[in-house]
Order: sequence, then structure tokens, then C-alpha cells
Amino acid sequence: MVPIAYYLILSGILFACGVTGFLIKRNIISIFMSIELMLNGVNLSFVAFAAQWHALSGQIFVFFVMVVAAAEAAVGLAIIIAVYRTRETLNIDQVDLLKL
Amino acid sequence: MLALFVLLTAVAYTVWLERKVVGHMQNRWGPTRVGPFGLLQPMADGVKFLFKEDLTPPHVYKPLYIAAPMIAVVFALTSIAVIPIGNSITIGSLVIPLQITDVNIGLLIILGVTSLGVYGVALAGWSSNSKYSLLGGLRASAQMISYEISLGLSLVGVLMLTGSFSLRDIVDAQSGTFWGFIPRWNIFYGGQFIAFFIYLMSAYAETNRIPFDLPEAETELVAGYHTEYSAMKFAMFFMAEYANMITVAAVASLLFLGGWHGPVFGPPLLQSLLPIFWFVLRIFAFLFIYIWVRGTLPRFRYDQLMAFGWKFLLPLSIANLVVTALVVALRA
Amino acid sequence: MTHLIIFLAFGALCVAGAVNLLVQRHPINGALSLVVVMGSLAVEYLLLGAEFVAAVQVIVYAGAIMVLFVFVIMLLNAGEEERSKGSHVALLFGIPGMLVASVLIGWVLIERTGSHPLAAGALPGAPRTIGWLLFHNFLLPFEVTSILVLIAIMGAVVLASHPDADQGKKDR
Repeated sequence: MVPIAYYLILSGILFACGVTGFLIKRNIISIFMSIELMLNGVNLSFVAFAAQWHALSGQIFVFFVMVVAAAEAAVGLAIIIAVYRTRETLNIDQVDLLKL
Repeated sequence: MLALFVLLTAVAYTVWLERKVVGHMQNRWGPTRVGPFGLLQPMADGVKFLFKEDLTPPHVYKPLYIAAPMIAVVFALTSIAVIPIGNSITIGSLVIPLQITDVNIGLLIILGVTSLGVYGVALAGWSSNSKYSLLGGLRASAQMISYEISLGLSLVGVLMLTGSFSLRDIVDAQSGTFWGFIPRWNIFYGGQFIAFFIYLMSAYAETNRIPFDLPEAETELVAGYHTEYSAMKFAMFFMAEYANMITVAAVASLLFLGGWHGPVFGPPLLQSLLPIFWFVLRIFAFLFIYIWVRGTLPRFRYDQLMAFGWKFLLPLSIANLVVTALVVALRA
Repeated sequence: MTHLIIFLAFGALCVAGAVNLLVQRHPINGALSLVVVMGSLAVEYLLLGAEFVAAVQVIVYAGAIMVLFVFVIMLLNAGEEERSKGSHVALLFGIPGMLVASVLIGWVLIERTGSHPLAAGALPGAPRTIGWLLFHNFLLPFEVTSILVLIAIMGAVVLASHPDADQGKKDR
């Protein structure tokens, strides 16, 4: 029997790690992966709350979050490939001007 | 443990079967020297792999180089856990269920493990740090994720007919006959004829077999993603490929060909063992078709391969899904 | 009791994977630790009874999205990260600050949420019920999401296609 607070704390830790990675990392792909980590943390809290309030809509929302994350990952990685083609770098510190 | 042992023996003898059958199709004997009909050839191969020099080239990325074949093998052998091979065996009063676990999302687990199997190939290609391996790995992972979609969609027709993800329920829905003698398999009665062929072709692409074996083609890419592997690690990739073939054959037999249904007669012990025999017979037939196609067809070019998967199989499987959904809705 | 042990084991695996993602400098190691996180999250979902969500997590997230990430890392040959030459203020104040904030929030959560614990498999999310809800109550979000995915596919194809062909035509 696990209290719901434990699930929420785990979700919070994952989200915090995601935010930290987003702020600390310099590689674009690592930043994207931190975004996915944040989304996963949020999914866990959705499912935990769905279990507490006995509402299946929590699990359905997780489904939608996953689909949106997939779409965002696809477009984001395409943007990364396009950026790499023009600037030859994946370091986000060097992608700070609109003009090359 | 018993299931694992049986599975590994099955993998070894599938290799023997393939070499014999392809040999005969090419008008030559297959292995004949080791044991009668070359039946001990897999043992000889196993001994050879164990004693071969297991060298690790210096330029590879060590952690992933060692982990990739293990990932491939683990996921290939895991999906066997949810496959039932018959109803339970009743010996006297002891009832042994013939499935390691019976979950009500069994089919989804198999699809999930198939999706995870891509990692073994992709990481092997990348960590080997050589141009042949990288290209082979990229091509293999792109091909596998492209054909996963039509693989999954071709199975949804069967799911709509049965209404459950559990493999045991899907087989139980195919019991009995209609018109007296034609069995109620999903390929005939359920009308999933097209879905069966979509599944067949997607399975060839998923397991990287001819005609879709460009990622490991011997004449094109040296050996593709397992160029830099030797001895035991190569043997693990080999095992993973054949275990994947057996899994795919088992799923096809369960979903399309009626599982373990067949004439059952005799004393209770024989009655419990005969379904296993029928199931194994179906898997054997499916594997024979696999090997037959391997010995016969030439290889696809990579752009033809991708065009075939995205522009032909995917719309066809969606059309099959729509038609099946219409039929199920109108029948209810 | 087993429920708590399994939860703690896979929760520790999640946190270890997340921290490993932060620590590793090579993106491929980060991608693989993220796959570990997603796998352990799938087990946590199973503990809560959400079997369909767990299966979809493995198939879609760990089996497709992360494969896409690994694919792009392989394609672009991403190397190890270079050290940022900026200030380390963020690291110095941020990490202790995050730890303090998380301890505070954790304490508040434990004190203020209801004391009844969740049983294992608390809300069984069978595919049948989820499918029914998706197609009856949530039909509009479902259709809108499918249009979103279609737009994402088109965008990704356009963005990743080679620009050389068009430029050649324009220069003439």
C-alpha cells in the first residue's frame, strides 16, 4: 500500500531533473531529452491522480500527452537536423543569432 | 527454465532446417557430415562459437558494444513468455498451464518487445565505429520502425473480431468449424486473408530476412551491423534473429491459423499433448515458408524497400482495418 | 509490503536514470538512461493498474520516440558536450535550491494529501474501457490530435528534406 504522496514526489523529482537538464545542458538533443523527461514526470502524476479519484480520464489524458510528445519530438528533431545542416554544430551557445 | 531450454534448442534446429532446405533448393546437400543428416551440426556450430577468438576491436565504444547483442537476445527471448502453446496438460490430477504468464494485454506486450528490439541493432551499428556498421545499423533501424506500423495494423483486424488482447482468448475464438469441415481460423472465416499476407511481409522486414535483408547483406555491406562482432557476440545476434523468427511465426499461428486447434483423440494425456503438436506443426509450416522465400527471392534495394513499406503496405493495412471495422459493425 | 518494495525499487531506478541523464556528457548515454526511466515508469503504471497506458508507454515512448532520438544522434554523429564557458552561478545556487524546494514540497505533500494509500492495481485501465471512453466522451480531442499528428508528419518531412533541390531550381 503506497500513499499517493510517494507517486507525486517521484513525479516531482523527475520533473525537477527535467528542468535542471533543460537549463544546464548545452547539447540541443540533451535539452530535448530533458523535455521528454518532464513530460514523463507529468504523466506519472496524471495516472496517480486518476487512481486516487477513480477517474479514467486521467489515463486518457496521458494517452493524449504521449501523442503530442511524439508529434513534438518528430518536428523538433527535424528542426535539429535542419539547424545542424546549416550551422554544423549542436552546441546551443553557438545558435544564438538568427543570421549565420 | 524449461521453456528457455526448449526455445534455444528450437533456435538451433531452425538454423539446421534452414541450411538443409536452402541447400536442397540450390540443388546441393546441406550439412551432411556431422551426425545423420547433419543433425548434430548446431552442436558443432555451438562448440565452434564458444572456442572462437572473441576479439574486441580497439576503436569501438566498449559499453554499448558489449551490451548490444545482450539487448537483442534478451528482448528476442522475452516475448516468448506470453505465448501459449496449448491448453493445459492434465496428468492425472496435476494441471500444468502451457503459458508462462497469461496477461490480458499479451499481444501489446509482444508488440512492445518487438519495438524495443530495434535498440540492439541500432546500438550495435553505432558502437562498432565503422562505416559499414553505421550504415547497416541506420538502415536496419529505419526499416524496422517503418514496418512495425503495418505489422501492428494488420493485427488490429483480428483484435476487432475477437475483442480481446489476450492471446488465449484470440485462439479460443477460433475453435470449431463452419460448413462442417472448414475450420474457423481467422484467415478463412474471419476474412483476414489480406491481413495475413501483410503480416507475413512485415514480419520478413521486421526480422531482417530476405527479401528485406539489406542491413546485413553479405554482398553489399560486408555484414552490416554485425561486421565487427565475432564468436559469442555474433552467435547472440544470430540467436536473436532466429528467436525473432520463431516468435513471429508463433504469433501468426495463434492469430491467423487457429492456434492449437486440430483433431484431438485418445487418452487424456494424448489429448493434452496433441494441441502442442498441431501448434508446432503450424510454426514449422510458417518457418518453411520463411526459408522458402529466402532461397528464392532476390533482395530489395533500400529505396524500393522503404517505398514498399510506406506506400503500399501501410495504406493496404489501413484499408483492411476499415473494411474489417465496417463488417464487424454491420454484423453486430 | 511487496507493493512498496517494487515501487521503491523501480522509483529508485527512475531517479537514477534521470540523474544519469543530467550527469552524462554524451547524448547517447543520456538517451539510453532515458529509455531506462521510461521502462521503470511503465512498471509504475502497471502498479497503479493502468495496463494499457503502460503498454503504450513502452511501445510509443520507449520503442518509437527514443528510437528516433537514438537515430538522430547516430545520424548527426553527436559528440560529447563541450564545457560551457559561462558562469557556474546556475549550478552553484540552482542545485541546492532545487533540493531544498523538493524537500519542502515533498513534506507538504505527505502532510496534506489524504492518508488512505493506493492499492496495487487501484484503477484497472482495461483497453476496452479506455477505447470506449476515447470514442464516446473524448472523440473531439481524439480527432483533433490525429490532425495534429498529420501536421507534424508533414512538417517533419518538409523540414528534413534536402534543400539543395529547390535551391538549384531557384538559381536558374
